[in-house]
Amino acid sequence: MSFQEIKAKYVRYRNKRLQNKQQFQRSINRSKGGDIGIFVMLGIVAVIMVAPMVYAICQSLKPLDELFVFPPRFFVVNPTGKNYRDLFNLMNESWVPFSRYIFNTVFISFFGTFGNVIFASYAAYALAKIKFPGRQFLFSVVVYSLMFNSTVTGITNFITMSWLGWVDTYFAVIVPSFCYTFGLYLMKQFMETSVNDSVLESARLDGAGENLIFWKIAMPMVKPAWITLIIFVFKDLWNMGASLYIYSEQLKTFNYAIGQLVTAGIARSGVSAAATVVMMIVPITVFVITQSNVITTMSASGMKD
Amino acid sequence: MAKEQAVIRNDMSRFKWTLNEMKKHKTGYFMALPFFILFFIFTVAPVLLSFVLSFTTFNLLEWPDFVFMDNYIRLLLDDDIFMTAIINTFKFSMITGPGSYLLSMLFAWFINELRPKIRSIMTLFFYAPSISGQVYLIWTIFFSSDQYGYVNAWGMKLGLLSEPVLWFQDEKYIFPLIVAVALWTSLGTSFLTFIAGFQVVDKSLYEAGAVDGVKNRWQELWYITLPTMRPQMMLGAILAITGSFGFGAVITALVGFPSPNYCAHTIMHHLEDYGNSRFEMGYASAIATILFFMMIGANMLVTKMLRKVGT
Repeated sequence: MSFQEIKAKYVRYRNKRLQNKQQFQRSINRSKGGDIGIFVMLGIVAVIMVAPMVYAICQSLKPLDELFVFPPRFFVVNPTGKNYRDLFNLMNESWVPFSRYIFNTVFISFFGTFGNVIFASYAAYALAKIKFPGRQFLFSVVVYSLMFNSTVTGITNFITMSWLGWVDTYFAVIVPSFCYTFGLYLMKQFMETSVNDSVLESARLDGAGENLIFWKIAMPMVKPAWITLIIFVFKDLWNMGASLYIYSEQLKTFNYAIGQLVTAGIARSGVSAAATVVMMIVPITVFVITQSNVITTMSASGMKD
Repeated sequence: MAKEQAVIRNDMSRFKWTLNEMKKHKTGYFMALPFFILFFIFTVAPVLLSFVLSFTTFNLLEWPDFVFMDNYIRLLLDDDIFMTAIINTFKFSMITGPGSYLLSMLFAWFINELRPKIRSIMTLFFYAPSISGQVYLIWTIFFSSDQYGYVNAWGMKLGLLSEPVLWFQDEKYIFPLIVAVALWTSLGTSFLTFIAGFQVVDKSLYEAGAVDGVKNRWQELWYITLPTMRPQMMLGAILAITGSFGFGAVITALVGFPSPNYCAHTIMHHLEDYGNSRFEMGYASAIATILFFMMIGANMLVTKMLRKVGT
């Protein structure tokens, strides 16, 4: 390597560092004391935020003698995998096998999420990019629907469900999640900012139908948004406990079964801690993987009046 | 294109023009239809239906009788527990709604000051409680009423408590505790909205602001960041308010149903009681209708207030 090359490489390196430094240097209007204060405060609150999660993990790794030590200990000293093995055995022995609960949760989460992404994206594309009369009205109804939650509709939905004959079936849980309006809202806002009208227009001039444009042009452009929809709908369905519309034990979810374990009076036992960890690790992992996409989507989510 | 349309619009009546537009963009209706049919069945229709049913004595078995305002009169004059529920709901949402909004805003702002790597880790830490299901039940272990409860054990060891406190059974402590746990789980979607909102503020505005005499980070927040973030603030407010009415299940899981002496009884619980246990659908519908107007009212009020900020 010649001297020139090395020098050029160094200059590139130095420029990059300078650039980075400039990017993160937020010295304008920032006092050192304030920075430290904020950091300390964030640290303390972050500890409170994660304490229960860390505790659940510790608890799930404790051997029996540590679980019942007095005064109670927070951290684990001799970690063991026994609780997880016990959980696994317990799952096989219960009246309705635990695999059935897990299957229910996975089944509901998968189909509910999938359906919502398809339905909401179609509607969002139509609202954002096809100028049909009435779209403003439809969107304002969607915005109003963000202003109340499902407790209001729960009672009458029960009547609808029984009329449809869906009480005590998977449909009662999966189909309503297709029309999760916050998903449509996010998707529409994101399509408005990130899908370029001129590209769509030229595709239309080339004779492409709206369906083709939707799949080939719009959907690839809004990847962050549908990833966000997936995590939002998925976490709701995954964390869904006992549903109003489900009676049979065979159709209930994993979260419901865990709730039974925890409230059954063995709250301090390692097994229920292990179950809690299993339950929380899934949505958290999904969020870790998708975080940057979620933030990108949310940045377009503001409500313009 | 636009010019052409304008000419066409002059040529025909408004109605005809709309019809023409509808025909031209009919694919739009086909694409929006599946979602909106379901939306109508599971969201719009239930609201309308519960409004209608609230004037009847529907109980799923007999043909409903029209009783006009009887349900509402009974609710407001005869039902003492409902009054408790209304007061509790107001107290609870007045604290958790604005509380979660301000906390989300404050921590999102603090987190925004960090470097990107630490920022995403902190975002995860603060957001995690709202997505990890029933982890909030761990708080019942920390505040368990016997000596094995962490707060009791350590409080007694350090001499702060003389005997175990019945945290989740004592009326004195239940309300603050459920508010605290609700706030702990409430840094959810509105928090993410703010995190994203802070990131999209144009950085050059800060430099311009510094030149124009913005002296510290608080002034920067007030004069530059918040005004540019208004759309996110609106959405965040709606999510926080709606969320503050949705903690019924959390409360039930923490203190049981009914709560001791109804001290944590909210409208959500009252609704569930009459709708899902007693099947007095007419009466429950009246409760649901009141709850609906409470939520919409609170949201309209707050969004109206926020619209005034910065104008």
